[in-house]
Amino acid sequence: MSEKIPISLSVNGQTHQAFVRAEDTLLQVLREEFWLTGTKRGCNQGVCGACTVMVDGKIVRGCLTLAANCGGREIGTIEGLETDGALSPVQQAFLDSGAAQCGFCTPGMIMAATALATANEPLSDNQIREGLSGNLCRCSGYIKIIDAVRAVRGGSVPRGSSVPSGGGGA
Amino acid sequence: MTGSVSPVGQDIPRLEAREKITGRAQYSDDISLPGMLHGAVQQSPYAHAKIISCDVSAALALPGVVAVFTGDDIGYHYIGPFVKDETAIAKGKVRYIGEPVAAVAAVDQPTARRAVALIDIEYEELPAVLSIDEAIADGAPLVHDNFAELVRVFEADHGPNVMSIMQVEDGEIESAWADCDVIVEGEFETQAQCHAYLEPCSAIADIDANGKVTVWSGNQSVFHLQANIAQSLDMPMSKVRCVTPRVGGAFGGKMEQTIQPIVVALTRKAKRPVKLTLSREQDFEMIRSRHPAQVWMKTGAAKDGTLIARQVRILLDSGAYADDSPGVNGICALFCRGPYHIENVSVDARAVYTNKLRAGAFRGFGGPQVAIAGETQIDEIAGKLGLDPIEIRLKNAVRADEEWLGGLKLSQSAMSECLIRVRDDCDWDRRRANAGEENADGKKRSIGIACLPHISGLLTSGAIIRILEDGTAVLNTGAVDNGQGSDTVLVQMCAASLGLEIDQISLATPDTDSSPYNWGTTASRVTYMTGRAVVKAANSAIDQMKQRAAMMMECAAEDLEMRPGGYIGIKGVPDAQVSYRDISGFSHWVAGGPVIGSDSFAYDGENFDPKRGFIKGFPFGKIGAWVFAAQAVEIEIDEATGKITPLEVWSAHDIGKAINPSSVAGQVEGGVVQGIGYALYEEMVWDTGRLANPSLMDYKIPGTLESPPKINTILIEEPDETGPFGAKGIGEPPIVGIAPAIANALAHASGIRLRRLPMAPESVLRALREKTDVG
Repeated sequence: MSEKIPISLSVNGQTHQAFVRAEDTLLQVLREEFWLTGTKRGCNQGVCGACTVMVDGKIVRGCLTLAANCGGREIGTIEGLETDGALSPVQQAFLDSGAAQCGFCTPGMIMAATALATANEPLSDNQIREGLSGNLCRCSGYIKIIDAVRAVRGGSVPRGSSVPSGGGGA
Repeated sequence: MTGSVSPVGQDIPRLEAREKITGRAQYSDDISLPGMLHGAVQQSPYAHAKIISCDVSAALALPGVVAVFTGDDIGYHYIGPFVKDETAIAKGKVRYIGEPVAAVAAVDQPTARRAVALIDIEYEELPAVLSIDEAIADGAPLVHDNFAELVRVFEADHGPNVMSIMQVEDGEIESAWADCDVIVEGEFETQAQCHAYLEPCSAIADIDANGKVTVWSGNQSVFHLQANIAQSLDMPMSKVRCVTPRVGGAFGGKMEQTIQPIVVALTRKAKRPVKLTLSREQDFEMIRSRHPAQVWMKTGAAKDGTLIARQVRILLDSGAYADDSPGVNGICALFCRGPYHIENVSVDARAVYTNKLRAGAFRGFGGPQVAIAGETQIDEIAGKLGLDPIEIRLKNAVRADEEWLGGLKLSQSAMSECLIRVRDDCDWDRRRANAGEENADGKKRSIGIACLPHISGLLTSGAIIRILEDGTAVLNTGAVDNGQGSDTVLVQMCAASLGLEIDQISLATPDTDSSPYNWGTTASRVTYMTGRAVVKAANSAIDQMKQRAAMMMECAAEDLEMRPGGYIGIKGVPDAQVSYRDISGFSHWVAGGPVIGSDSFAYDGENFDPKRGFIKGFPFGKIGAWVFAAQAVEIEIDEATGKITPLEVWSAHDIGKAINPSSVAGQVEGGVVQGIGYALYEEMVWDTGRLANPSLMDYKIPGTLESPPKINTILIEEPDETGPFGAKGIGEPPIVGIAPAIANALAHASGIRLRRLPMAPESVLRALREKTDVG
């Protein structure tokens, strides 16, 4: 078993110490050392985006990032987005748009969307789709996810999801 | 508390939405228990081999290893929903590359992985059958040489490597061809699709001092799972408790056991909690796929477009274990006629064993494999007769009160309305007429349509509603929500039935120790089947509360009515009422006993009429609560590269009543995009028995850039009188018509007809070249 390396890193504003193996990924350490299980392992190959987290304000794949390289870095995860119990604008938009189905891709998707939403200019639908193209969802068809991001940072363009007919109250 | 607006029909946000968007939702792999061990699995390197011996000594000698599990630890205790042919782990033989043969529990994952590689298994390789054609060839090696001794829970013919044969004979097929003015015939082939749920299979188990095991895992039925674990490990079901945390998608892939029997076996040996989570690669190789199919179909019609006859032969590549194959085979055989009235239908459908990963349930339940054939031939007939594709479908669409399919009478059908709405909403005539014109980039637009039938009523469900002491309620159904939103929909129906608010209903998590039986979250059945049980359980609770209220108010129970907001009152006397809280207090402490409303039932629709149709080998009892749909897809074709890009989709569904329209739209949008993956590029590829693309890198599922920017969900709400609040199912239909609609659009604009899925750019290009060569 390889020797463990001491690291100190900040996760959601709190400093954490850990002893990690050289091969441990940030995803493993977040989930197994710090019990921050909101970040998901979908493929462990950097394809699905379920492990998307922030490192120094930039989104990275938790499964492709070695924890030992994160010493001194600021890590942001899904668990850190709320402020005093209030949802972040992106989280609120995901709630309002019904963008979470099984929810497994949702934390990574919200982290990617949060990075996108820091843009100053309104984003076109194509820009939103480009920005989320590294995050896979198998449930939603992406329509309500795009709707959610558009609600936060989009122009006034029509929704991709049509309002179903007969959708009124009984 | 207003209680005046019924929660049914409202876009209530998912009950668990907040936990999912804050990272608090707990999936199986998120759970850890004190003293927990980690599991690892060794997989078969052979497609077909005898296991000669299994030496676990080196693994056990590795420090940190606590338990090892192989086929030597169990007897031949077979499981399977239709054919009992599978053991908890390979025993005696391996039948596909990737099949689990040995497992280890150790103190950490690296140790478990090292140890499992030390298990030395000696094999004697056997000739394998890697395709349908090889499997049904004369003298082919048998995947299950003891098939005759295996328990089958239904009656059907079978043959060498053929586990079940389903036959349908309606009318007189042989004489019917003479009445046809136009006949089309063709062979179609569909591929294996991977469920590719984002959450790889994971299970964690613990054991108590009496040997009772509790298992937390993603699944579609805690009850199937409990039975499968107990049977495969020769345990009483009372010693197995299955619980469901959040499930990260399933789509049929988690309908039967995944790795739970292995985890339970390790837990029993270790006497400590064990968790096993598959890698994505293992999940691809080890769980299940959609059945690849070969379909031969012949359809005939009269000059005016009336469909007269259809004959179909279906072969399903079921892989090494039967799993849900006989069910899928049966549904293929019923659905291949499409949602049309056809007097003469003859079908022979066979589920075939091969030495590959087992195929099983997958959204659509056999529908997608036959829809590409059936809907292609409707367009081909329309083309030969000069009819519009929607016009010919409207002419033949099944209607309410009509007898079809073995004499089953349809209580309700909005098939025609679905077609009409799609035609109007997509401006069909204009888009169809403009199709094929090249734009500035040299690309062509086109639009195509397809229709489909589906069901939402089959098998059994239950519900229990307890009224708590403060007048709120607990709903327990045992139905697992895999992410589609059934938890919310069932609570909406419960709240509406009881006249309570959504947040006054607590929903119990599916648990085999406490939940009423539910066959499964599958076959688009939870809203319809479990919903019916919820409504009846609520009515039972209300009846009981009326009896208690009658005692309290000294009147007759028949004079009482339920009032929104949680009251029982005397009819016609607005001031005379007691609250659920007071009734429940009275029930708990004075008389009558706590109010517990419950219901359980088996699907109770009509049976096939044996005088009308001959149906042999169908492995279910009654099925019904039919749903219909029409789907149009507009595509752009780049004839230089062969690439097809879906631009916009119109998907109209005969849903009865949308309990939660936003969730219904979510089901439609997600199903449509899975259908696009199936139509255009998803394919599991085997190279001499080994899955060549077991990763999300090499097996592409649609991302944001591959998905259409606009999906129009059109809901036709004609209540089904048997459904809860008139509702029927929606889970599966949206995937089914997408591939044929795209194929029909392609044929319309480019003049090529693809009969094999996926319609990848190279297939499109090849067909375009062949057309040019011929022309």
